[in-house]
Amino acid sequence: MCTLAHVFEAAGLSTVVFASMIEVAEKMSPPRALYCEFPLGRPLGKPSDPAFQRDVLGHGLALFEATEPVLATYPEVVESDETPMVCAMPPRYDPDTAPAVDEAQGLRAAYDRALASRGVTAVGRAIDAGTVPAALEVLHQWANGASWKEVQLPGKNTVAVCHDIRSYYEEAGTELVTGPSPGGRAAEAWFFETTEAGKTMLAARAALKEQEAPFPFWFYMAPAHR
Amino acid sequence: MKMSADASMRAFAATMPVPEFESPAFTPLGKPLSQARVAIVTSAALHRSDQERFSQDDTGFRALDRNDRQLVMGHWSPNFDHTGFQIDLNVVYPIDRLEELAAEGVIGDVAQRHFAFAGNQPDTVSEIRLDTGPACAAELIADAVDVVLLTPV
Repeated sequence: MCTLAHVFEAAGLSTVVFASMIEVAEKMSPPRALYCEFPLGRPLGKPSDPAFQRDVLGHGLALFEATEPVLATYPEVVESDETPMVCAMPPRYDPDTAPAVDEAQGLRAAYDRALASRGVTAVGRAIDAGTVPAALEVLHQWANGASWKEVQLPGKNTVAVCHDIRSYYEEAGTELVTGPSPGGRAAEAWFFETTEAGKTMLAARAALKEQEAPFPFWFYMAPAHR
Repeated sequence: MKMSADASMRAFAATMPVPEFESPAFTPLGKPLSQARVAIVTSAALHRSDQERFSQDDTGFRALDRNDRQLVMGHWSPNFDHTGFQIDLNVVYPIDRLEELAAEGVIGDVAQRHFAFAGNQPDTVSEIRLDTGPACAAELIADAVDVVLLTPV
């Protein structure tokens, strides 16, 4: 974003960056930046809070009064919430399938409700929603010792497939939240720490590493800190 | 105390090399904000479902119409929250807030087109710097945009 700020200003546009990383903004010195210490992925801080978003925008727009490069800091910090969001999950239905596969099938109705209400889904980079259980079956097999070279993943690209699975879960999960609206990383914590799919994904990732699969093949299947 | 995931991402980013800009430009806004046309450019890899998806090493951009609301976040990094955007796209792409600011006369006008890049880029960002960034700037200038709000993901 700081790079684009420089490019745009050189072309004659006036810009302000709502920066999420202070050290990067300091090093790159964009013409106008408002550092916002908010959850990564939420540059305006709080979803469904128009007043807060307006205040952030107002602080950013105020920087157009400056006559020279300026880096300001928004006065309020919004922390991510790493406590797993609380969802009503489907009960185990078919004990003959892997737990993650069964769970994913059980979430289909919630996923469909989310799609109907939003009209759009992030699932579909490599697989569609109907293929999520089959992809989880392969991750389950990898996690239990199958060779990634021999047992092929539907959609092939591990990173894209893992995005699709996580999107499927997070979109379904936001339909099933029983507690407060999830803060930054609450859905991530829910997925990786409480769902069978998340645990299977991490186990498959560890198995690929163990099998010496190429680094980009497994590393980006989950957040770096996991 | 264990460092939060966001804090560790920020600490990691702080160690990454960044491109340097000698004698950076500074373009003063030559008119009051109340007369300025404003566009959003985000690095959240947003696109409509009828547009080409962002590939893993995509250095290009997608144009979003002022009226588009059904958008997909096609970013390839697994390291940040996606649910905020699912709940309310304005937390990434504050288009409804811009419409309000224009209706109240705080800004002059909302641009007809806004643009999305993917934030996951090679360290040199040379393509964005030399090719797609200037191309996007030309589109913004063709739309008579004065002010660009940059929202990173």
